[in-house]
Amino acid sequence: MIEPRVLAHKLDFSWKRFFLQWEWMLVIIFIAINVMNINLSEYYWDYDNLRDAMMGFLDKSFIVLPMVLIMILGDIDISVGSIVALSAVIMADLYTMGVPMVLAMLICLAAGIVCGWINGMLIVKYKELSSVIVTLATMIIYRGIAYVILEDQAAGGFPEWFSFLGWGYVGPIPFILLAFVCFAILFYLLLHKTVLGRQIYAIGNNANASRYSGVKVDRIKIFVFVLAGFMAAVTGLFLTARMGSTRPNIATGYELEVIAMVVLGGISTAGGKGRMIGAIIAIFLIGFLRYGLGLINVQAQMLLIIIGLLLIAAVMVPKLKIKRTQKLRKT
Amino acid sequence: MESRNVGSFVMPMGQQTQANKNKRTISSYVVQFRELGLLFFILLLAVLIQMRNPSFLTWENINDLITNTAILSILAVGMMLVIITRGIDLSIGATLALSGMISAMVVSHFPQVHPLLVLLLGTGIGLVCGGGLGYLVAKIGILPIIATLGMMNVFRGLTYLISDGKWVSAHQMTTSFKFLGTGTLFRINHLIWIALFIYLIAYYFMGHTRTGRQIYAVGSNPEAARISGIRPERTLWLVYVIMGGLSGMAGVLWVSKFASAQGDTASGYELSVIAACVVGGVSIAGGVGKLSGVLLGAILLGIINNALPLINVSAFWQMGIQGSIILAAVLLNAIVKRGVDRNHLMRRKV
Repeated sequence: MIEPRVLAHKLDFSWKRFFLQWEWMLVIIFIAINVMNINLSEYYWDYDNLRDAMMGFLDKSFIVLPMVLIMILGDIDISVGSIVALSAVIMADLYTMGVPMVLAMLICLAAGIVCGWINGMLIVKYKELSSVIVTLATMIIYRGIAYVILEDQAAGGFPEWFSFLGWGYVGPIPFILLAFVCFAILFYLLLHKTVLGRQIYAIGNNANASRYSGVKVDRIKIFVFVLAGFMAAVTGLFLTARMGSTRPNIATGYELEVIAMVVLGGISTAGGKGRMIGAIIAIFLIGFLRYGLGLINVQAQMLLIIIGLLLIAAVMVPKLKIKRTQKLRKT
Repeated sequence: MESRNVGSFVMPMGQQTQANKNKRTISSYVVQFRELGLLFFILLLAVLIQMRNPSFLTWENINDLITNTAILSILAVGMMLVIITRGIDLSIGATLALSGMISAMVVSHFPQVHPLLVLLLGTGIGLVCGGGLGYLVAKIGILPIIATLGMMNVFRGLTYLISDGKWVSAHQMTTSFKFLGTGTLFRINHLIWIALFIYLIAYYFMGHTRTGRQIYAVGSNPEAARISGIRPERTLWLVYVIMGGLSGMAGVLWVSKFASAQGDTASGYELSVIAACVVGGVSIAGGVGKLSGVLLGAILLGIINNALPLINVSAFWQMGIQGSIILAAVLLNAIVKRGVDRNHLMRRKV
């Protein structure tokens, strides 16, 4: 007689499991990096410097938030960097043509939403195509449109108040940090406290099973890709405000850094696993690492290598662990 | 349903297949004549461009066009193998730059080294890069897109570090080295000969060797391949090694042809290569792809790159057009695949 297996509604809380989470590992690496940086440079542990460094790397962190959702769905979006460029270029071009700035900013956000919607529609309508190839194609197309609009020129001359987005402070806190915290809280709540969030995990684990249990898979996928487009446009706003002008080649390679942060944050590339907080820690981890190494004059190219290796190491560690347990099981 | 059931019961075998043949979807014809269609499209495009600018179909221009397409078509062979195994390689532009930079520096420091040795050296560097990448993808099981994105950065960063951000320019290279990419044999550029040679080997390899057929098997169904005694990991690894070797060789040819090695050589070139494959009918879902299609795809992209300036289209349109071609080709492949599947269903006995 076989007893039916009873699944508990909630896992029992255990301290061991709590501390064995990937996020604690990240916290330890984060502290280690800070200790290393403090020892390397006397200018590191200074509030003004840290604050300015944060303003420098936080622009791309806006894309990390929706990318977490996309990768939990089991998809990937490599067109985000191009959406940043396209929406920023559209905004700058409209403004130089005489459209009021506020309207141009709204159109910038709308352009991001449209780009994301196109990605989502293509992926949902053509399920046999992987999101890699679809967003690869749209990545080239969006960047191509940006080049067609602005050719090799830069557009700028925005009103004074616009630069507040990139350089402004609310009290002692940079505005961009404040905006990031707001968005991060919103996305955290969306992923971990709403039905939609649970459904995203369900789709990532098994899309077919979720469809049969009544989850509107297509609609959720499109929504998540639209979110990614919207956040890419937000990044476009902040990045343009910070640089004062925009070009069609801004934000190249952002997709790599964003994906690196998400993967480092413990989100599985196979989908269905990972948490928002890990990705948020990873943003600051890579940001501070970059800032600290920049202080001691490590070349930008060295940073490229480090980020590439970090990305690979972050995906490798869990894979190796799985391989080892499989081997143990076989013997 | 009822009538068809009766029909298949009554009708003799020959008539039945006859009846089913009439029910074929358009897509199944498209698959059959895919290469012909692509060829027809290329000819049509050539005629249209010729009408706008009569200097297009001249011997010099066509020679130029094919010479410029040679490197693309070499890389497309490797990319075809990678895509057939359901992968993708975004690092080839960086591998190309790395091997090109190292060989250019070798040439500038040791001018007496024979160009063919340099070509071998570059291929070797590519093989090592591909070997590392293949290890990550095949043995550890990292998604190809993530692994190649990461390694792309590593290789590109290494290129900058080795060269210290400097260029190796034409006057630092020996004439014999530049002759490798610009010289001609029977009035035809070396690059074209090399590309032809590689296509011949690849034709034999893909169609007539066991390993070549195993690549298709692994691509169409890795599990079935494993059960029938193929080791998918080994095949996967081999595919990335070949891709690396080809891009390493292409790096040397590139540097020799353009007589300059820079840190950002060929950045974004992987997209053109992927475009050539996808246009040539290599399926992203794996297991499908023909050399003839890939060659035609590469030529189509070469024509577009070559002809845009000739018909007064700004170079800034190039990227957008290329992206649209990839998207259109991928969507067409998907739609055709659906039609073929429906065709198979229709031909099944009910």
